[in-house]
Amino acid sequence: MILPWLILIPFIGGLLCWLGERFGSTLPRWIALLTMSLELALGLWLWSQGNYSFAPQPGADPTWALEFQHTWIARFGISVHLALDGLSLLMILLTGLLGVLSVLCSWKEIQRHVGFFHLNLMWILGGVVGVFLAIDLFMFFFFWEMMLVPMYFLIALWGHSSSDGKKTRIYAATKFFIFTQASGLIMLVAILGLVLVNFNSTGVITFSYAELLKTKMSLTTEYILMLGFFIAFAVKLPVVPFHSWLPDAHAQAPTAGSVDLAGILLKTAAYGLLRFALPLFPNASAEFAPIAMTLGLIGIFYGAFLAFAQTDIKRLIAFSSVSHMGFVLIGIYSGSQLALQGAVMQMLAHGVSAAALFILSGQLYERLHTRDMREMGGLWSKIAYLPAISLFFAAASLGLPGTGNFVGEFLILMGSFASFPWVTAIATTGLVFGSVYSLIMIHRAYFGPSKSDAVLAGMDARELIMVLGLAVLLVFIGVYPQPFLDTSAATMHGVQQWLGTAFTQLASAR
Amino acid sequence: MEFTIQHFIALAPLLITSLTVVVVMLAIAWRRNHSQTFLLSVAGLNLALLSIFPALKVAPLAVTPLLMMDNFAYLYIGLILASTLACVTLAHAYLGEGGTGYPGNREELYLLMLLAATGGIVLVSAQHLAGLFIGLELLSVPVYGLVAYAFFNKRSLEAGIKYMVLSAAGSAFLLFGMALLYAEAGSLSFSGIGHALAATGVPAPLAQLGLGMMFVGLAFKLSLVPFHLWTPDVYEGAPAPVAAFLATASKVAVFAVMVRLFQITPSATTGVMSDVLSVIAIASILFGNLLALTQNNLKRLLGYSSIAHFGYLLIALVASKGMAMEAIGVYLITYVLTSLGAFGVITLMSSPYKGRDADALYEYRGLFWRRPYLTAVMTVMMLSLAGIPLTAGFIGKFYIIATGVEAHQWWLVGSLILGSAIGVFYYLRVMVTLYLVEPKLHRHDAPLNWEQKAGGVMLLAVSVMVFFLGVYPQPMLELVQRATLGLVG
Repeated sequence: MILPWLILIPFIGGLLCWLGERFGSTLPRWIALLTMSLELALGLWLWSQGNYSFAPQPGADPTWALEFQHTWIARFGISVHLALDGLSLLMILLTGLLGVLSVLCSWKEIQRHVGFFHLNLMWILGGVVGVFLAIDLFMFFFFWEMMLVPMYFLIALWGHSSSDGKKTRIYAATKFFIFTQASGLIMLVAILGLVLVNFNSTGVITFSYAELLKTKMSLTTEYILMLGFFIAFAVKLPVVPFHSWLPDAHAQAPTAGSVDLAGILLKTAAYGLLRFALPLFPNASAEFAPIAMTLGLIGIFYGAFLAFAQTDIKRLIAFSSVSHMGFVLIGIYSGSQLALQGAVMQMLAHGVSAAALFILSGQLYERLHTRDMREMGGLWSKIAYLPAISLFFAAASLGLPGTGNFVGEFLILMGSFASFPWVTAIATTGLVFGSVYSLIMIHRAYFGPSKSDAVLAGMDARELIMVLGLAVLLVFIGVYPQPFLDTSAATMHGVQQWLGTAFTQLASAR
Repeated sequence: MEFTIQHFIALAPLLITSLTVVVVMLAIAWRRNHSQTFLLSVAGLNLALLSIFPALKVAPLAVTPLLMMDNFAYLYIGLILASTLACVTLAHAYLGEGGTGYPGNREELYLLMLLAATGGIVLVSAQHLAGLFIGLELLSVPVYGLVAYAFFNKRSLEAGIKYMVLSAAGSAFLLFGMALLYAEAGSLSFSGIGHALAATGVPAPLAQLGLGMMFVGLAFKLSLVPFHLWTPDVYEGAPAPVAAFLATASKVAVFAVMVRLFQITPSATTGVMSDVLSVIAIASILFGNLLALTQNNLKRLLGYSSIAHFGYLLIALVASKGMAMEAIGVYLITYVLTSLGAFGVITLMSSPYKGRDADALYEYRGLFWRRPYLTAVMTVMMLSLAGIPLTAGFIGKFYIIATGVEAHQWWLVGSLILGSAIGVFYYLRVMVTLYLVEPKLHRHDAPLNWEQKAGGVMLLAVSVMVFFLGVYPQPMLELVQRATLGLVG
């Protein structure tokens, strides 16, 4: 029964926040903080209790560390079917952690309609947890679409317009919504196609993951259905031709929105690929792998180049996410256990480092009221701690050894080198560009001549604790990643089996 | 044929509604009183709704060759009666009490609405072209009066005349089509036509032309592209509760009879007709959504969006097998609930009547910070129209996509995806407007105690229903699954 509560807690907490607004604007913040702390604590408790050697493997019915099932819509064989394995647990921990942080980082930033803001924030997190737990395809889609609405409100109502004032926050929010909603509908068509293919051969309508894994279909059908899933995930990840919503949404969103977007929402796409696209369509995915990896490569370089050219600090970080997700895409489609593990580490580490960078730029914005780096400069000596901590996270973002990002990128590159040497070699050069844009961000913002003489406030305890906590966590992942690797090992082993078999078959067929 | 008590029980919803019309008319003649007329109408409609339960026990039963009282008919009768009830409740709030509100005679609006509902009931149970025509005219003629009810308002009058002229043109097409079809098939009953057409394999050109012209006539009422030109003007000009009636009860009835016609004569949708239907569906989806994009008038916007929604429904009609019937039932239920909610908010914003309706988008700016409940209702309705999960609209759209995928209608499914991507844009625009804060807020408020009034309670109930059916649609699905067509005995 603990799994439905993991989803319900944020939803109920959100409603309480809204109701709590009438008793002052501080109460919703505390309720939200308590809700997310509870979520995180539950996650940690599950981590200490559960046995994460259970995960879906090919050839047998999926096994899970925890499972919950209840009939929902009998007409279509849809049930409330939730399950937890190592991968979903790690993602839920990340969600809980970033949830706490996004409440904390909006403590001062959000002053209007506090209750309604936290309602939206909590509902996004609830929807994301639902995505990470649902293994009924209808339910997965349900949460996938549902979380768009509160995110839309978050950007449209509490966002900022762009530095040059050309793009409004409503423009960004609408763009985000239309991109993800339309691609989601394509995924719905693919889900229904899969269900009907399964129905034609077995005579049972079901949306259950375990049943659909056994679907027999021709390679052409498989390929088309796989593309339906891939497009939805590619928009959210984002993969380069579908990325244009991301910089706008990031730049215009309030800090908490950016933290959730970069930290968690992008991860739902990678999670979807690992959980659904690869196991459901292994043969088509194996055939598609070279294309996906090429797209990943394009993403790495395109993201890096565009990040370098940005003047808006949040857009810069947004484009760096595109670049980092390129590595994740390569890791996912390489079909090696090591690279898959690396992709998970990269997801965690990027979640933490991108969240930290967004929080820091949010703090800069609160002091300077601009995100334009041309109006910054020379801040190193003017704000206590903040520049140094930014430097640390910029270094983490470029993959400095000792941070989690290094572990992720290293494992991805090492794992995929054996089967895709050229892709790996080219991707490695992308790391150089990563250093370029990370350091230029620091250089433009904190060094050089100072633009004004005004003295800026130093960081207070709340701000320090948030980013220092993240820094400690990132170093911990970088130095001792074993507990995380152990947790996701079984799941990644399963995915590797699916894809590995398909790769072998593909190779023998040629 | 001999009428037994069974036949009377089967006809009870129709008889009670007709009786209510007579009673209301006599009551108005005896003593003009707004509340009394309202209460009589509501009581009659509720009785008619309740009489569906005993009637279900004797279904399916053919009453005269004209009407077929089966589960299918009762589902849509229920839907029509419920939406009429909602519209009547809204109208009561809209016309206002005592000195404020609508200056003319208020009572006849109920009379006309009840008459139109009677026509709708006849229409959904028609299994004969004569029944179809009687039902359609009984539905349309009172609506001319309803649309022009605020006749001292230029727009309302214009809308009424426009609707009348175009509707009459549509009826002419329908009649001509019927004549051609009769010439070919030699029968006016749906099943007779079905047998005659099936006997020849591919329908003869004359029969196809007849069916095509009949479809044109019905498409006028459903405002499918390219027969949609009247829609935005009529929606804008009609008083808000009438627009709600037009969007719900009237369209449901016409669509239901079309479904029955095409299901009983399946060869009607083969050959050229199938292609024509597909093209009209795609055109309706795309044009409806594209034209809605730039509207700043909420009623016009909803008018255009209704064009698109009936385009989605046509997808299920084109698929016409498998889940199609269920999909149509589910979609119509969700659409009716959603439209009632959306028009209900507009009605309450414009209540009591003060010359013009509050239908410009700017009047809704920042509504959330003044009328949170009303805004919550509108938000749920917009999300439901856009088909976002947690609302009933999502279940409807899910069904339509499932039907399209099942029938391999890839072009139609593709245009649905494109259409709803466009649709999201304007629904979101309306939704976010409700929450925007402007420094110089244009104050235009619903009456303070709107929740306490019948209309407000009804609206809250509708939005709870939309939410509930979106989360737990199982009861609705079971209901619709049972609504099968009765075969002619």
